[in-house]
Amino acid sequence: MGAWAIAVHGGAGVDPNLPKERQEEAKRLLTHCLDIGISALRSNLPAIDVVELVVRELETDPLFNSGRGSALTDNGTVEMEASIMDGPKRRCGAVSGLSTVKNPVSLARLVMDKSPHSYLAFSGAEDFAKKQGVELVDNEYFITEDNVGMLKLAKEANSILFDYRIPTIGTCGAGAAAMESPLQMNGLPISVYAPETVGCVVVDKEGRCAAATSTGGLVNKMTGRIGDSPLIGSGTYACDLCGVSCTGEGEAIIRSTLAREVGAVMEYKGLNLPEAVDFVIKNRLDEGKAGLIAVSKNGEVACGFNTTGMFRGCATEDGFMEVGVW
Amino acid sequence: MGWAIAVHGGAGDIPLSLPPEKRLPREAGLRRCLDVGIAALKAHNHPLDVVELVVRELENNPHFNAGKGSVLTTSGTVEMEACIMDGKTMKCGAVSGVSTVVNAISLARLVMDKTPHIYLAFDGAEAFAREQGLETVEMSHFITPENIERLKQAQEADRVQLDYTQPIPKEVPKEAAVADGDSQTGTVGCVAVDSEGSLATATSTGGIVNKMVGRIGDTPIIGAGTYANHLCAISATGRGEAIIRGTIARDVAAVMEFKGLSLKEAAAYVIDQVPRGNAGLIAVSSTGEVTMPFNTTGMFRACATEDGYSEIAIWDSPTK
Repeated sequence: MGAWAIAVHGGAGVDPNLPKERQEEAKRLLTHCLDIGISALRSNLPAIDVVELVVRELETDPLFNSGRGSALTDNGTVEMEASIMDGPKRRCGAVSGLSTVKNPVSLARLVMDKSPHSYLAFSGAEDFAKKQGVELVDNEYFITEDNVGMLKLAKEANSILFDYRIPTIGTCGAGAAAMESPLQMNGLPISVYAPETVGCVVVDKEGRCAAATSTGGLVNKMTGRIGDSPLIGSGTYACDLCGVSCTGEGEAIIRSTLAREVGAVMEYKGLNLPEAVDFVIKNRLDEGKAGLIAVSKNGEVACGFNTTGMFRGCATEDGFMEVGVW
Repeated sequence: MGWAIAVHGGAGDIPLSLPPEKRLPREAGLRRCLDVGIAALKAHNHPLDVVELVVRELENNPHFNAGKGSVLTTSGTVEMEACIMDGKTMKCGAVSGVSTVVNAISLARLVMDKTPHIYLAFDGAEAFAREQGLETVEMSHFITPENIERLKQAQEADRVQLDYTQPIPKEVPKEAAVADGDSQTGTVGCVAVDSEGSLATATSTGGIVNKMVGRIGDTPIIGAGTYANHLCAISATGRGEAIIRGTIARDVAAVMEFKGLSLKEAAAYVIDQVPRGNAGLIAVSSTGEVTMPFNTTGMFRACATEDGYSEIAIWDSPTK
């Protein structure tokens, strides 16, 4: 009781051939973000502020698929989305279709705190951003060489790339089994570069839970496509009992309302956090591939995934800390 | 067991003094749509087709806040959203920010059936509609004089109007609504189950009067305003923010599954958790039960089951 805990993720589903340097790079970033979160918690910042702070850091770094470094749409542009939720009163905010807002998670926070609504998208969200005076940049700021390359290859293969998947031709959900990817970039399979969603969940010393998720979405997605990250109950959820952030196949996460599921199973079935996470990953995903991080009001932290790997890190007040990929 | 169907035209603070010229056309609309749905079920159409058909009818009816008759954004425009879900396959489709598509629910269906995605919005959704050859019109088609008037009133009052509410004295932070005697129209929805236990749900709306451009409500959010699985199908209506944070539609099914409650008990339980005056829903179960609880003053609703029961109502809260 009364102990804080924090977890971060940089996406579920990692190519087993991911070069060591990329793994180390990811772990360094995750560790850095955990440290930022831990300092904030030690300074008694409330959970809702901590998740925003940490996700901003993940958005700003181009390594993962959010903010700078976001995956590109089929038009070669960036359309970012994010959501944030505050456990105590289940207040929430979400945004989609952002192309000039430097930190989508902060705009989601402003939607929650400063607008009469819960979710704003596209030009309406951009207008709100201007009025709120948040930092805006040109769309080019977000675009990295890696992502331009990935889009080109994805178009050549006429496929849509998921957060982590080895590219499949046509619709999602097909070919869940790992196969040799025919697409290469700089001599490595393209999936190595497949970008991932980011997220953070926190419970502070007062037992308040919060969660936030941010992403650029799928490489080569249709303009206007919205995934699970901004959808409350799917990619993000927080209530009195827990805070959850998910990553992986967006459509599978939406169908299974994955984030809410963890809370529902705790609330209605009386499971504790690790049991709830385990239950949900085992029973709710069917053929879908996804992962999640979660904290409970009791200071527990748990991660679960049915993908090959998930970039993640977690820490608790008693000194436990772990960063992992597999 | 047997088929069952329910439709709604929105929950809110519908004044008991609602004048006949506002009440009768809506009741007639509900009756008509219910009959369309019943006929489709009797003809053994799949529930997914039934709910889409019924919601199309509701969208085309200017007395309801969906399709033609949608409430207006703060800019005087129309931004419609819709969502459909199949309980057996858990496939779903949703759209937001649609301004020229005559039937948003059919666009949501196409997103579900013809793309690898679940949710398309704004320009992307409009472009997809054209690619698919859906019927599109000038936005003015959807705008009615009543809604122009509602927007004017809301802007004068500088408040955001909801489905239906009467003026509340204290500060209401989120999606606070204001009402006058004219019941603002609400979201529409339909849920259906056939005699094999296949379930489906569909919801469609213009949103809330004077909403910010780009505002998305609960309707297209799976688990909030719309949800179906092998146990039940739900369509919710009321204050979007409360429905989103309460994950209302999902929770009804979760409570049935995890607490073993019946459809009626589960639906009542979930509605009870929501602050009074905020929400209502219609639901059917795989075994042909139907329930329509709400904690607002009223909810335009109708339902029918294969054994001959049918009901059309506005008031009389059935949460007890």
